[in-house]
Amino acid sequence: MSDLETFREETRAWLEANCPPEMRQPVRDEDDIYWGGRNASFKNDAQKTWFEACVAKGYTVPAWPKEYGGAGLTPPQAKVLREEMNAIGARPPLSSFGIWMLGPALLHFGTEGQKQRFLNEIARGEIRWCQGYSEPGSGSDLVSMQTFGEDKGDHWVVNGQKIWTSYADHADWIFCLVRTDKENKYQGITFMLFDMASEGVSTKPIKLISGNSPFCETFFDDVSVPKSYGEDCPGFVGEINRGWDVAKYLLGHEREMISGADGGSRTAAIGAVMKRHAGELDPLLRAELANFDVDALAYACMGEKFLDEVKVGKAHPAQPNMMKYAGTELNKRRHELMMSAGGSRSLEWDSEETGGGKPARNWLRTKANSIEGGTSEVMLNVISKRILDLPGA
Amino acid sequence: MPLYHNEDQAMLAETASQFMVEEGAINKQLRHWRDRDCKDGFGHGLWKQMAELGFTGILVSEDDGGLGMGHVEAGIVLEEIGRNLTPSPFLTSSVLAATALGGANDELRGRYLPGLVSGDSVFAVAIDEGAKHRPERIACKAEKSGNGFKLSGKKDFVVQGASADMIVVAARTSGSDADADGVTLFAVPKDAAGMNHDAVRLVDSSMATHTTFDNVELDGDSVIGEVDGGREVLNKLLMAGRVGSAAEGVGVARGAMDMTVDYLKQRKQFGKLIGEFQALQHRAAHLYSEVEIARAVTIKAAQLLDAGSENADLMASVAKAKVARAAGLAVKEGVQMHGGIGMTDEYDIGLYMKRDRALQEFLGDAYYHANRVAELSGY
Repeated sequence: MSDLETFREETRAWLEANCPPEMRQPVRDEDDIYWGGRNASFKNDAQKTWFEACVAKGYTVPAWPKEYGGAGLTPPQAKVLREEMNAIGARPPLSSFGIWMLGPALLHFGTEGQKQRFLNEIARGEIRWCQGYSEPGSGSDLVSMQTFGEDKGDHWVVNGQKIWTSYADHADWIFCLVRTDKENKYQGITFMLFDMASEGVSTKPIKLISGNSPFCETFFDDVSVPKSYGEDCPGFVGEINRGWDVAKYLLGHEREMISGADGGSRTAAIGAVMKRHAGELDPLLRAELANFDVDALAYACMGEKFLDEVKVGKAHPAQPNMMKYAGTELNKRRHELMMSAGGSRSLEWDSEETGGGKPARNWLRTKANSIEGGTSEVMLNVISKRILDLPGA
Repeated sequence: MPLYHNEDQAMLAETASQFMVEEGAINKQLRHWRDRDCKDGFGHGLWKQMAELGFTGILVSEDDGGLGMGHVEAGIVLEEIGRNLTPSPFLTSSVLAATALGGANDELRGRYLPGLVSGDSVFAVAIDEGAKHRPERIACKAEKSGNGFKLSGKKDFVVQGASADMIVVAARTSGSDADADGVTLFAVPKDAAGMNHDAVRLVDSSMATHTTFDNVELDGDSVIGEVDGGREVLNKLLMAGRVGSAAEGVGVARGAMDMTVDYLKQRKQFGKLIGEFQALQHRAAHLYSEVEIARAVTIKAAQLLDAGSENADLMASVAKAKVARAAGLAVKEGVQMHGGIGMTDEYDIGLYMKRDRALQEFLGDAYYHANRVAELSGY
């Protein structure tokens, strides 16, 4: 038996022993997702058991090195774990922007001190992070952002406003783009890390068309941000005024995450599910579902290929933009079709039968997919420029 | 298995690419034979060269003199064939017939495989009966007669039927037209009395036949696989052919897309390169995305087929449907973005459009396969 097959056997046995049956059910509600953080609470014992087992094993961040709270898995091992978790429908034990975004940035740009402190906190689910990028006047044109940090020697005094800060009202810390040089557009931004409990930070949830408020406006009013949190642990990532490099690197990860490129966990055809709900399908709706399933199953293969290529450095550096574009457009289509198949039942806004209007609210939520983290139009611009090398793009 | 080519496969791709660019180029092959009204629609010299490289026997087992490789490798060759629009009997002979013969007895394998591997023989398959691909219904009849069979009926879209030394024919030996059982595959030699070809040139300059069988006498050992149990081999060759034609379609799509993107960087209007216009940039970027996805699912389907996965059947249809759509988009955008010059015979983009159309129809179009995906998924 090869090492990888042995690892698969062990993983299967470990999952069998440690993943409670309740954690093998599809995520239905927001509180089925465990985000961690100072104020987190578990929905039930199963969620807690599963989370704690994974923390002990390093499986909240399986591919991270062991000294930073991971399991140090090789890319093929990480793929095996993902496949085995998908096979039993295991939920992610911990979801967080720390895992998806700040972590990769720190692994790439962070100091040893930052890695020791922040990565371990993330892996153990102790600190919940949020991301401060967009501003009211700076959406697609992110680099025009104005939130300013005035240099006061050992700290900055930050003033300004961020918008679309995901779950800022639940977050403990923020990684935030702050302008530190007004003369230099690209080389005048610093990627700062600070506590959301700092004096002068306030958040205000934004109510969306879905009726939910996953995003906030975040205000900074004379917030003091230290340049250092101790030895070898700066309060910023990378270099001062070079935060745009970190941001660009991170946007790749964000796009990858939003794209749903998760290596095939959504590979089930939705047509069959819709038929069970709707009874008979209109022939033309059935045809649209079939076309959708062709695209979705093919995209799942693309996701697998993309992740395989990323692991060995074969993917084009701009490929996450293509994944984000295709994945989000697909997800919008999925929910349009689910609404159509659901008929008038799916219009209900707060009935018990629909779990409080889930179909409609989820459908509306997906409309943000092709806006957040870079619009589809921006993705197409990037593909034109960086992959197709078209002139003047 | 990671979803990209390993080192050996990358080397094969390099060899195939270089060969098709040098020897299989549009001017050297497709236009050359088309402009001479060639009855075969391809050059036998090139076929022999492909044999020398081992391509002809890529799916033939090593015991039978081939390379014993898989559908991923066949797909690598097909992608380069598609990219250069190289006309050859590779798909019908080396993928479809080779897959069928792989399930045949020693006598048939000994009779036909050496010629396939050496490039001296060309094979075809006869499945369709009518203008659309409906392999679930087989009406062509083979009745028991002495130790053998008498074959009667009509087949359509027999690609390279007239130049084939042998045709694999799916016929009914029992039951009614739509039955799954009762189908038998036969290896019908080209000199069989009572077989008649009505040869037609297709839009892409390839050759196909409407073939009639009028009490064609076949001996008992011309049966491939089991009598009445031919559906199993038929499904295998259909899967292989679908994944193979998807791979060729990916090549067509990439060839058309590359040509078009190059053109956007050369053509000037309104004092600008037309590639500077966002209206075209976004369409080109969308096309890129579709073609990448089509390529990923095609490689995946080939891997599943090689691994003998039960998911291969579904993914072969997904690949065939996805590639048909993506390549269809590539050639349509290609002609449109080329503007007037794209409508001329002199320019190659139109040739891509023609080949794509024929490939889309071959072994089932996007409508057929999307419907099949729905049926296999339970709706």
